[in-house]
Amino acid sequence: MKVGLIVNPIAGMGGSVGLKGTDGRKVIRQARTLGAVPRAPARATAALEELVRVLGPAGAAFELLTCAGAMGEVSALACHLTPTVVYRPASTETTAEDTRRAAREMRTQAVDLILFAGGDGTARDVHEAVGDDVPALGIPAGVKIHSAVFAVSPRAAGDLLVGFLRGRIRAMREAEVMDVDEAAYRRGQLATRLFGYLRVPYDPQLVQGAKVRSRSDDTACEELARSVVAKMDRETLYIVGPGTTTRRIMTLMGLESTLLGVDAILGGQVLALDVAERDLLRILRDHPRAKIIVTPIGGQGFLFGRGNQQISGRFVRAVGIENVMVVATPGKLASLGGRPFLVDTDDEELNRTLAGFIAVTTGDRQEAIYAVGHGSGNAAR
Amino acid sequence: MSVDSGRKVTLREHFHQAAWNEPLIVELGRAGRRGVVPPDAGDELKSQVGDVLAGTPAGLRRRQPPMLPELSQPEVVRHYTRLSQMTLSNNVAVNLGLGTTTMKYNPLINEVLSRSPKLTELHPAQDESTVQGILELLYRFGEMLAEISGMDRFTFQPAGGSQGILANALMMRAHHAANGQASQRDEVITTIFSHPANAAAPATIGFKIITLYPGREGYPELDALKRAVSERTAGLMITNPEDTGIFNPQIAEFVRVVHEAGGLCAYDQANANGILGVTRARDAGFDMCQFNLHKTFSVPHGCMGGAVGATGVQKDLTAFLPSPTVEFDGSRYYLDSHRPASVGAIRSGLGNVHSVLKAYAWVRSLGAEGLREAAHMAVLNNNYLAAKVTAIRGASLSFADENPTRRLEQARYSWERLAAETGVHTMDVHNRMIDFGVQGYFTSHHPWLVPEPFTLEPAESYSQEELDEFAAVLERVSDEAYADPETVKTAPHRSTAAAPVPGAEEHPAMTWRAFQELRRQGLV
Repeated sequence: MKVGLIVNPIAGMGGSVGLKGTDGRKVIRQARTLGAVPRAPARATAALEELVRVLGPAGAAFELLTCAGAMGEVSALACHLTPTVVYRPASTETTAEDTRRAAREMRTQAVDLILFAGGDGTARDVHEAVGDDVPALGIPAGVKIHSAVFAVSPRAAGDLLVGFLRGRIRAMREAEVMDVDEAAYRRGQLATRLFGYLRVPYDPQLVQGAKVRSRSDDTACEELARSVVAKMDRETLYIVGPGTTTRRIMTLMGLESTLLGVDAILGGQVLALDVAERDLLRILRDHPRAKIIVTPIGGQGFLFGRGNQQISGRFVRAVGIENVMVVATPGKLASLGGRPFLVDTDDEELNRTLAGFIAVTTGDRQEAIYAVGHGSGNAAR
Repeated sequence: MSVDSGRKVTLREHFHQAAWNEPLIVELGRAGRRGVVPPDAGDELKSQVGDVLAGTPAGLRRRQPPMLPELSQPEVVRHYTRLSQMTLSNNVAVNLGLGTTTMKYNPLINEVLSRSPKLTELHPAQDESTVQGILELLYRFGEMLAEISGMDRFTFQPAGGSQGILANALMMRAHHAANGQASQRDEVITTIFSHPANAAAPATIGFKIITLYPGREGYPELDALKRAVSERTAGLMITNPEDTGIFNPQIAEFVRVVHEAGGLCAYDQANANGILGVTRARDAGFDMCQFNLHKTFSVPHGCMGGAVGATGVQKDLTAFLPSPTVEFDGSRYYLDSHRPASVGAIRSGLGNVHSVLKAYAWVRSLGAEGLREAAHMAVLNNNYLAAKVTAIRGASLSFADENPTRRLEQARYSWERLAAETGVHTMDVHNRMIDFGVQGYFTSHHPWLVPEPFTLEPAESYSQEELDEFAAVLERVSDEAYADPETVKTAPHRSTAAAPVPGAEEHPAMTWRAFQELRRQGLV
């Protein structure tokens, strides 16, 4: 097995000095001036130590490919691994482009998995470079960790990787790559965007017990999509929000869809893909009988206001809140850890109206009643 | 809160369980080997009886003999004795970790009673006049459970909790049908911390299921219920206390809201061990309930005999009870099968009557005061154990911060911190604790709302020493997780635990032949 390691050395440097992220050279210089020190290499070492502790030194169990210096080599050497360096950054002041180039090189080298240390920005770069061609796993080291591609701790990342290398963990899940607009974040606004999905190893041990074997969430999602499609009528306009759960509905209908965009369907056909707010309102004028199908963004629970800003407060009001259909598998609800759904549209009064309890379609003739909070509280994992 | 009994606990460091590496029985023996060879019937008998297969329709006849294991008698005896040595039965090990299952000591004298030929030689089809004794027992025990629950009539026909819940769902439907509302009222409301059968059983007969999720304090909020009820509501099927051991203090309000919407309320009392003699289903307004005699009422689970989902209803619903019912006319007991409004038979016969006998004997041996004391002891044991477990590094009680009220007879805990800090997961802890000669624990029903869960239920029959031992084992495994996680993650070392074949999670096989087929397809 081949593992590719990419460390974003500057990830997380802004956090300790209150800079809310390190995207951009200017911010990095500012962080250094303020006395920030790199922490990602040490976080990567912690994950690798777990690997070495269980599997012994590399060579016997797996081959480690990485980048020169602080982009991975240093972390590997710190736990007595002897990696093959396959990428060398042009300067010690590494950039997002270095992460992307390194990830592409890893793909060329046919690694089985890319292990990367960083934050949301790093996850975005890996995703931009290789998409879902190569499984990936994040070691949390950044300031912003909104994406669902990170293990809960460096040690947990190592643990998951051990399972992957030993063949105990075979299943993959599609995990959200999210990022906030840092400039807006520094002004005190949190505007998270959904950038895509990475394939991340999925440990069934984390969700499966001994007494009852549950069906996989994948099966549950298929059943959920079937029940939604069965209930659709041909005269209603359906506005389908982003996400893998909603994409399943489109796939089942044999329709093209945009994973990150908002799509409109009518009479079993696509009316428009990746529709902006203004166009949604225009379509609605022609087809006033409409329903909105949304799914909470995994791990965070935002129904509106993150990743689907096209479905604005104005649009929700125009469709009618009674026509909002929330879909989620029981497993997805459980992944919220008891936190309520969140709504953060541009319409504060609507946010308050939606707060309380909402019915969620969870499967065939199955619903859940789930709490909806409101406000833009930082719902980082 | 911390408790210290001041007693030093000695762990069973040298415990070692038999590990026979025993193959499956289908992999043993040899072709043609027989355990019993019956003598040939002889020509005379054959000619008298004729063709014994003549009455069997051709389509039902096997074309080839079944592929049964072919073993000698001693091979069979050794095989099953070895398997028995690889389990930890209730009679061998402290078994208080199977939360929601109420594993208590079941007095062995009751086994003697239920194995008496006076019971074992009875047949369900015998004339009523010849089985007056067992009919009287069923009738009287029904009256006792009516007193315990506040309901009016009981049936013992359902052979398990889920079947009892199914009986209640069927009676719910029959009630609405009698009011001409069967098709309108097609929704059953339950909660995610109720036993999953409360969703599954009504779903199997076509109800739509609405599940309430817990609020901040660990139990569902009244406003969530109000959002769920409507003119479509058939009823509420709920456990209380729920799996978390938290008692919903608003339960009477829940019942009122459902009644106002026109629905019925069914109380799944599988978790009744902490409330016997303390509170009653009917007093909270419930219309129907079911007790699991194989849990609360001291009937052994599974291998020691069938289960009973004793199902009771208030008087307006008695016409819908499964048939037949046991009746008494002042001088004799009889079975009534002519009940046109009944939902019919849930299963054949009168249910697992030998288990009803054990429960009857247990209740009679304790009396009313004894039942209440058992409930108090179960709650005391649980809270004593909770104080010890929550003091263990890496462990926490679910909803402890948001809801500090005491748990009743069981509690759901989490190893979330342990997992984050050591990489040791709840099933790893489970697999290590059995190395110390105690039973493993139950994690949680699905989905896992509480991460890295484990659920403990120390019933009234465990001593303080046993509680201390169990807590000390958990503490030892936690210490090991921090010092040497690999030992925990590669456990068991001195015990046996079955690990599923890779792939079996996604492709379970229920028979040997199905397994062979999956293997042929490369799926397992």
